[in-house]
Amino acid sequence: MYFDTFSELLNMSGHGSYVWFSYGVSVVVLGSLIFVARRRRKQTEQHIRAIVRRKQESSSTIK
Amino acid sequence: MSISSTFHKWGSPRWFYQFSGRLLPWLAGLSLLLLLGGCIWGLAFVPADYKQGNSFRIIYIHVPASAVAMGAYVTMAVAGAIHLIWRMKLAAMVMKAIAPIGASLTFLALLTGAVWGKPTWGTWWVWDARITSVLILFFLYLGIIALHQAFENRDAAAKACAVLAIVGAVNIPIIYWSVEWWYSLHQPASISFTGESTIHPTMLRPLMATLSGMYLFFAWVLLLFTRAEILDRERNTRWVQDIVCGEAR
Amino acid sequence: MPSAGLLSLILAVLQRDVIASLRRGSEWSNPLVFYVMVCALFPLGIGPQPERLAELAPGILWVVALLASLLATDSLFRGDFDDGTLEQMLLTHQSLYPQVLAKTLAHWMMTGLPLSVLSPILGVLLQLPPAGMLPLMASLVLGTMVLSFIGAIGAALTVGLRKGGLLLSLIVLPLYIPVLIFGSSVVKTAIDGGPYMPQLAMLAVFFLVALALSPLAICGALRISVDQ
Repeated sequence: MYFDTFSELLNMSGHGSYVWFSYGVSVVVLGSLIFVARRRRKQTEQHIRAIVRRKQESSSTIK
Repeated sequence: MSISSTFHKWGSPRWFYQFSGRLLPWLAGLSLLLLLGGCIWGLAFVPADYKQGNSFRIIYIHVPASAVAMGAYVTMAVAGAIHLIWRMKLAAMVMKAIAPIGASLTFLALLTGAVWGKPTWGTWWVWDARITSVLILFFLYLGIIALHQAFENRDAAAKACAVLAIVGAVNIPIIYWSVEWWYSLHQPASISFTGESTIHPTMLRPLMATLSGMYLFFAWVLLLFTRAEILDRERNTRWVQDIVCGEAR
Repeated sequence: MPSAGLLSLILAVLQRDVIASLRRGSEWSNPLVFYVMVCALFPLGIGPQPERLAELAPGILWVVALLASLLATDSLFRGDFDDGTLEQMLLTHQSLYPQVLAKTLAHWMMTGLPLSVLSPILGVLLQLPPAGMLPLMASLVLGTMVLSFIGAIGAALTVGLRKGGLLLSLIVLPLYIPVLIFGSSVVKTAIDGGPYMPQLAMLAVFFLVALALSPLAICGALRISVDQ
């Protein structure tokens, strides 16, 4: 490791707040992309399940 | 297999869905491995830059984000062209999926660039040629997203966005070159920042890792969005309904 | 003779559009009024000092001309879309390209050209040095033509939408940037006494590229807008 102590890694001779903020925002942005994609998929699945349920109900009432 | 049948197969949403499903875990694992590994390497193990100190470590997220954002726009334009020329529906879904991802990555590039600029140049924002170009790329993405949202008809939205993406892609070299020229006219003497040319090979290796990791991450998220879109568009087909409620019946 | 037919078609559409727009009046006068009003806002916003105004004048005149041209672009195809003329145009497939070309040129003659002609007066108001007047007009003549062609793509894409106006600016403004850079640079260089011909030549290149390529995109966009 380049830094001697863990607190030095956090501090980065004064630039730590800039560096760690950048990485933090990156985690948030990239993570939210995954989250949004997952949520969209779940919503679509729910929608499709509703369609299938309606189809089954209507076919059973006709019989 | 002939080219046309390969094309036909690739154009089939069902085949693509099944194929991409097998690809997903590999992409996810590899991209996270490269991104996390590259970041830890770059944050903790690479020596500091002799000019900029430790703030240069932002490069490992900033450069991959801007490079992939740029590539994503070109990919979107190519997908748009494929959609317009061969009427491939899948290309329209890919195109729609890219816009928000590309915009997010461009935003990330701008934000990390600003945060990097503060300790390096002493100011959050500089009208430097590269930063300005990325800002314009961000505007282009926002235009595409706004146009897509304005249409109620999904097919018309896809075609209109395809035209705009192609026009934008034709314009990007002109815009970049104009901005370079504009900057060379107004270049302030105080900024003599040549980080890229002095970069040491030991600093470059983690960058290669995060860069390839970001490309894989883009591919991964793109597949996730495209797959959700496929399910949505094909929701009335049997195969989609079987996949979603497969276990029940 | 097909070429003579093509030319007469272009001239006919050009004539029709110019006359129609002259009759309506507001179509060509509104951008001009907008141009004058917004230019008059700048001294109120940044102060009346002549030196400061003179320094900012090239940029202000160009940005406001760009916005005026942009606002006028929204109406390019709207009338024809609303009354069904556009659909008729699309049905006569092979001649869409020249018609689009003529319509865009007619639109420029009614917006960009008056803006360019009027610009020296606004230059005087904003203390633009006399050396910049002619370059300002020349750069605006060429530049607004490019703006009209680029804007026509956006207008064609959004003509079928009810809320076109603001959306059009969002999609078109980033594409305007190269024209703005070179256009304002012509004026600035001329004031500083430098050679401004290269930048003017660059605007001419943009114009030729836009003339050749943008009607393709406009035609495609119009088909999409009418078909939906």
